[in-house]
Amino acid sequence: MAGDKGQRRMTQCKMMTEKLNVYYGKRHALKDVDIRIRSHAVTALIGPSGCGKSTFLKTLNRMNDLVGNVRIEGQVYLDGEDIYSTRMDVTRLRKRVGMVFQQPNPFPMTIYDNIAYGPRIHGIKGKEQLDGIVERSLRQAAIWEEVREGLYKSALGLSGGQKQRLCIARALAVEPEVLLMDEPTSALDPVSTLKVEELMTAFKQKYTIVIVTHNMQQAARISDDTVFFLEGELVESDTTARLFSHPADRRTRAYINGRFG
Amino acid sequence: MMRKWKDDVLLCLIYLAAFFTEFLLIGILGYVFVKGFPQVSLSFLTNVTSVLQGTAGIAGNFVNTLYMVVMTLAVAVPFGIGAAIYLNEYARPGRVVRLIEFTTETLAGIPSILFGLFGMVFFGTTLGLGYSILTGALTLALMVLPLITKNTQEALKAVPEAYRSGAFGMGAGKWYMIRTILLPAAMPGIVTGILLSVGRILGESAALLFTAGSGYFLPRSFGGWFRKLSESGGTLTVQLYLSMSKAQYSVAFGIAAVLLCMVLGINFLVRMLAKKWDAV
Ligand SMILES: Nc1ncnc2c1ncn2[C@@H]1O[C@H](COP(=O)(O)OP(=O)(O)OP(=O)(O)O)[C@@H](O)[C@H]1O
Ligand SMILES: [Mg+2]
Repeated sequence: MAGDKGQRRMTQCKMMTEKLNVYYGKRHALKDVDIRIRSHAVTALIGPSGCGKSTFLKTLNRMNDLVGNVRIEGQVYLDGEDIYSTRMDVTRLRKRVGMVFQQPNPFPMTIYDNIAYGPRIHGIKGKEQLDGIVERSLRQAAIWEEVREGLYKSALGLSGGQKQRLCIARALAVEPEVLLMDEPTSALDPVSTLKVEELMTAFKQKYTIVIVTHNMQQAARISDDTVFFLEGELVESDTTARLFSHPADRRTRAYINGRFG
Repeated sequence: MMRKWKDDVLLCLIYLAAFFTEFLLIGILGYVFVKGFPQVSLSFLTNVTSVLQGTAGIAGNFVNTLYMVVMTLAVAVPFGIGAAIYLNEYARPGRVVRLIEFTTETLAGIPSILFGLFGMVFFGTTLGLGYSILTGALTLALMVLPLITKNTQEALKAVPEAYRSGAFGMGAGKWYMIRTILLPAAMPGIVTGILLSVGRILGESAALLFTAGSGYFLPRSFGGWFRKLSESGGTLTVQLYLSMSKAQYSVAFGIAAVLLCMVLGINFLVRMLAKKWDAV
């Protein structure tokens, strides 16, 4: 891999895939993908529509298991542990690797219950403890001030941008180690987008973040590493600074210059 | 010019049709209430018909009706909701699911007397339950099962896929997700199915006549309230049918008025709940 030297060797690798292949029935959606995702960094996945970005993201917390005719080959490691091994507890895996979706999807319940949903799954029942988690998560997602008066109102009454920050708070409530975000700002207005981007930069201290984006400026603004996919193949993976200034592959250059996709 | 004229005529016809429908409904309601309410006295509601004492009353039938509703739902609701959850969340879409769905829809269109025939032979004779409230309730459970399954299934289908993936993404197990997300979200549909079923149970006579029979006594002892399940018992509608066939029209209208009140009450409840849920 192009960027596997220099500073990248110095930092720890949080997740890693080896010869990852994903098939939907006969369709070969990911082809021999080898990726290393650095700890406490933002990794952006870019590439034209249908190239397999969402598919890749979903293999990282086994959300692909839910698709009917999917077949997954190869290895995915979280802290050196193969997450597709039979010993892996999927509930615990998804606690460690959380997910935020493209369309904000708060549950049809109160704001409080939305945030408490994850902790409750993992056995946290105490009122005081939950109260603390709810406040902390909402603060982290920079939405506490906006909703503190209405914690027991339905989450469906929030604006689109607030809903997405609520979903981020909901994912943070279980204190994940990795946060997967699939085009988290594509359904948001510019102001909300900016807020979410600020969050991601701040999150780096605590979490490892993998984000799918169609927006080259966004990738350049917020990510440390960038991975470029094309038709299920990993074309290039490097630090964002280098990939955008000196792409090694001409297809990467064409894509980031907006010539296809 | 021509078009305007046509529009006016059409509008006129629509108004006429609407007026006619409304008039018909109010007419029937009014007629039944006017003929029926003079019959409905406290003694009519709290007594049992007795030739010896010369009283006419529907207390026994009223209790039978409550038993029938509760017992039928006790069987049909768990099975109906369970079937809907299975079909929508567990079964792989394919021929088996389509076959079951087709069967459910067909079941919903079968004349109720056929359920009566089956219930009498199978529950009454083969299982030896005889003419009893239990036989009747099991028969009606078969009858309303499609109603509950169908409504629950429609409600489950309407729950956005994003809720499911959201819950799974948090690490929820399947049953946990169903319990905490799907069932609450589908509750309006489930309740609609149940209330429609109550309507069917209240209105049924043909399927009950030869399964639950026509008993109209109140239990005399505490244990009698439990034994009642294995005893013959006619609901209000069955009694209405019997009274009509004996040309006791005043009693029949009295029962009809009581039944209409119950049906109106249920419709009112449905609308209230619908409004409440729409507001959420
Ligand atoms: N559940 C599925 N069943 C069958 N094929 C699928 C499924 N999900 C995705 N695919 C196919 O796999 C390929 C990769 O899809 P994926 O959703 O990962 O692309 P993407 O890069 O996220 O695209 P986009 O930018 O439009 O979101 C596509 O060709 C898509 O048609
Ligand atoms: Mg995608």
